[in-house]
Order: sequence, then C-alpha cells, then structure tokens
Amino acid sequence: MKLTLKIWRQENTNAKGKMVTYQLDGVDGDMSFLEMMDILNEDLNNKGEEPVEFDHDCREGICGACSMVINGQPHGPQKLTTTCQLHMRKFKDGDTITIEPWRAAAFPVIKDLMVDRSAFDRIQQAGGYISVNTSGNTQDANAIPVEKENADEAFYSATCIGCGACVAACKNASAMLFTSAKISQYALLPQGQVEATTRVENMVRQMDLEGFGNCTNTGACMVECPKGIKLENIARMNREYLKAETIG
Amino acid sequence: MSALVKSSLARKWVMALSGLFLVVFLTQHFVINITSVIAPDTFNEWSHFMGYNPLVQYALQPVLIAGIIIHFVMGIVLEIQNNKARPIKYKSSPGNANASWVSRNMIITGLVVLAFMGLHMYDFWVHEMAYKYVEVNPEDPTRYYEETVEKFAPIWRVVLYVIAFVLLAMHLWHGFNSSFQSMGAKSVNKGEGLKKFTKVWSILIPAGFIFIALFHHLNHTN
Ligand code: HEM
Ligand code: SF4
Ligand code: FES
Repeated sequence: MKLTLKIWRQENTNAKGKMVTYQLDGVDGDMSFLEMMDILNEDLNNKGEEPVEFDHDCREGICGACSMVINGQPHGPQKLTTTCQLHMRKFKDGDTITIEPWRAAAFPVIKDLMVDRSAFDRIQQAGGYISVNTSGNTQDANAIPVEKENADEAFYSATCIGCGACVAACKNASAMLFTSAKISQYALLPQGQVEATTRVENMVRQMDLEGFGNCTNTGACMVECPKGIKLENIARMNREYLKAETIG
Repeated sequence: MSALVKSSLARKWVMALSGLFLVVFLTQHFVINITSVIAPDTFNEWSHFMGYNPLVQYALQPVLIAGIIIHFVMGIVLEIQNNKARPIKYKSSPGNANASWVSRNMIITGLVVLAFMGLHMYDFWVHEMAYKYVEVNPEDPTRYYEETVEKFAPIWRVVLYVIAFVLLAMHLWHGFNSSFQSMGAKSVNKGEGLKKFTKVWSILIPAGFIFIALFHHLNHTN
C-alpha cells in the first residue's frame, strides 16, 4: 500500500521542530508499524537524507521503548497494543498517518520521535522497590502467604512496561497511571508494607517535581495503555497517600 | 492554602471534597426550590428560615462561599498547571476516542457555571442583602414565593438558567463520579451502583431546577 506520512522532525532538544511530509510506497499489511518506519528510513538513507530517529528495542511489546503518537493516539488505534506490535493492515491504502513524539514537559524530545523518559526512572528510584536483606538467609518469597486476589492485582499492576503512553494520552500529561501502578504492585503485597508510607510519599513527590500534570480522571490513560493498567490503581494511590499523610 | 496545593494528590482531595460539598449544597437547594412548585407556603417558610436563621446566615453561608471559591480557584490553578505540563500540543487529536468531551472540558463547563453563579448572586443574594441590611425592611415571611415567580417572568433569564443547568449537568456527569475516584474510593471499577447513582443524580437535579424555572415562567404568563 501507499501512504502519506506526516512526521515530527526535530534536530535536538533545543531545536525548533516541524512536521515533514513523506510519501511511502510498497508497505505490506503484514509489516509492523516499526518495520514500515524501517522502510521509510532505508528510503531516506538511500536518498542521502537523515533517517527518522525513533526508540525501539524488543519489538515484542515488553520493553516499552516504541513511543509514537499515531493519529493522535499513543501506540496507534489498536487497543492493548504497542507500536511495535501494531500491524499495517490496520491502515488502508492511501491513508495519511500523522506521527508525533510523546508530548510532555517532563519528556523532552531528544531527536525526532525519541523522548527522554528518565523522569520515570527517577520516580521509580524514589521508592519503587523493596529493601530485602540478601545476606544468605533470605526468606523465600513463596513462604509468605498472599491472598490470591491481591497477588493477581499486584501482578497486573506489575505488567506496566513504563512506556509513558499514559502521560502521552492524558490531556494534562499526568503520570498518575504509571506511578500508581508502581505503587500498587507493592501496596498489595506484605513485602511492600515495610516501606509503604515513605514509598507513596517519595514517589508522588518525585512525580510532582518532574513537572507532570494533575489527574482529572478523564480515563484516557487507561484506554491507551498497551497493558490495560486500570484506573483503580490511581484510586489506590490516592488512598495510600491519604493514609501516609494522616496515620503514617 | 499553599500546603494544600503543594502536592498533586492533595489538590485532588481538595477538588473532590469541595465538589462534593457543592453537590450536597445543590441537593439541599433543590429540595427547598421544589416546594415553590408544590407548596408555596412551605417555600415561604423555609426561605424565611434560611434567610434569617443566624446559624445559616453566619455559619453555613460563609462556609458555602468559601467552598465555592476554593473549588473554582483550585480548578483554575489545576488548569494552568496542566497546560504547563504539555507546552507543545499535538497536531492530531484523537477526538473522543479515549476520553469523553465532558471529562476533558471541566474548566469550560465550570466557568460557565461560575458566570451563572455571578448572575445568580446578583439576582437573589445582592437583592436579599439590600433588602435586609441596606433598606432595612422589616421581616416579611410571605414575600419569597411572589419574588421568585416574578424573577422567572422574563424569558431571557429562563434561557440563561436553562443553559447554565445543562452545563452544570455536564460538569457533574463527569465530576460527581470522578470525586469518588479522587478520594480513592475502592469501588470505582466494581462500584457500578455508585457510578449509576451519580449519573442519575447529575441529570435529575439540574433537570429539576430547569423544570422549576419553566413552571414559574409558564404559570406567570398564563
Ligand atoms: C455548583 C457548582 C459546582 C459543583 C457542584 C461542582 C462539582 C464538581 C465535582 C464533584 C468535581 C469532581 C472533583 C474531582 O474529580 O476530584 C468537580 C471538578 C471540577 N470542577 Fe466543579 N463544581 C461546581 C462548580 C465549578 C465551577 C464554578 C468551576 C469553575 C472553574 C468548576 C471547575 C471544576 C474543574 C476544573 C474540575 C475538574 C478538576 C478535577 O477533576 O480534578 N466547578 N466539580
Ligand atoms: S501504565 Fe500503561 S501506559 Fe503507563 S507506562 Fe505503564 S504500561 Fe505504559
Ligand atoms: S519495542 Fe519494546 S515494546 Fe515496542
């Protein structure tokens, strides 16, 4: 199929970027979106033009690198799918596709479609861990009984791949779905209780420091999340935060 | 106040609590207003109570005004901060594909309601204050019904009234349920019952206010 691509090009973080239009022929429905981008870049290379910079790694939906806003939707039109797992058969011959980077003050563009998501790392570092004594007599995690429901919920929360689509989708560029998922995966387990208070306080403080917006419960994050992380996590974070601030 | 607005989550709590407080107030307001349709004497009696009871006048009224101010000031603060969090906007928009119009435009529906509240204060509250404290008229427990019906005679006021309440319904359609999510209510996903209640309420109460306005307007011209 033949496509018209409108892609955000930006030399570096401080440069002023702009949308550039490309025509691309020979796209197959069985290609993934990133393979389509590879073909475009090969084309550009052959013509001696600068290829489009974009993030990718696993190409199987687990690393969370492939950040692209496709026609206004992070990771494109298909639900529960990362850009790398999106197939071109979702589009029609002759379509015009707009491709933009994640847009958030906290995710500055490095180049073209590639953004700096280290803000997420710093939120994680602020409390998204448990301290375990690994001196040699560490208790087997399976020896601690956990309610099945909580184990499942914690597991679902832990499937967040840190892609940042929630921030990209939110009209407020809020990082609450990500942060709440990272808080929930511990809040639901006994292992997470020791540091529960400082975790939620520190992670929320870091999230605010990074310049993400405030949640207004539009729910766009959950709809666009490739892993189906639920809004309920945000409610849990709000609860945990109140608990931390009041009873400690 | 600065401590309250420091953390994004505390701001959510303030927004939700002030919003819920206004929801409670609106319910009480509706209960009194609807008596103007079914029992004018009761309407006069209750209005007089609200207008002259010291607890209402000197305790509840200032709390209400504070609640309104906190809510809309915080709403505007959030809007400004949220705009700053995305300085460069997208060229393409997903429209309603991932979030409803009302949920994305709380500031618009909110500001229209605020403008209406300006008119409403001028219409009823300034008039009341002038009647009681400037003109120092004697207490008259029977004047409220006539005054209210009179207010709804001009069609322009009824039209503004209807527009404001339609937008308030939109504001609450998202906001009422949303406030429970903000306060961390466990039931957001499971609690379909609570969600349904908030949706029904957010249509019924504003529709009730509109009904009262139309009722008096039509009765007056007849
Ligand atoms: C009688 C009048 C009003 C009622 C009953 C009301 C009620 C509510 C409720 C229940 C919420 C949800 C809170 C939450 O999601 O945490 C809300 C949110 C909001 N309200 Fe109002 N509101 C009223 C007037 C206003 C006015 C005058 C403004 C003016 C700017 C406003 C602006 C907002 C905004 C921007 C939000 C979204 C903030 C957020 O979800 O965090 N509201 N309102
Ligand atoms: S919550 Fe979903 S959208 Fe957000 S970072 Fe995690 S996987 Fe990506
Ligand atoms: S490239 Fe790893 S999730 Fe898409």
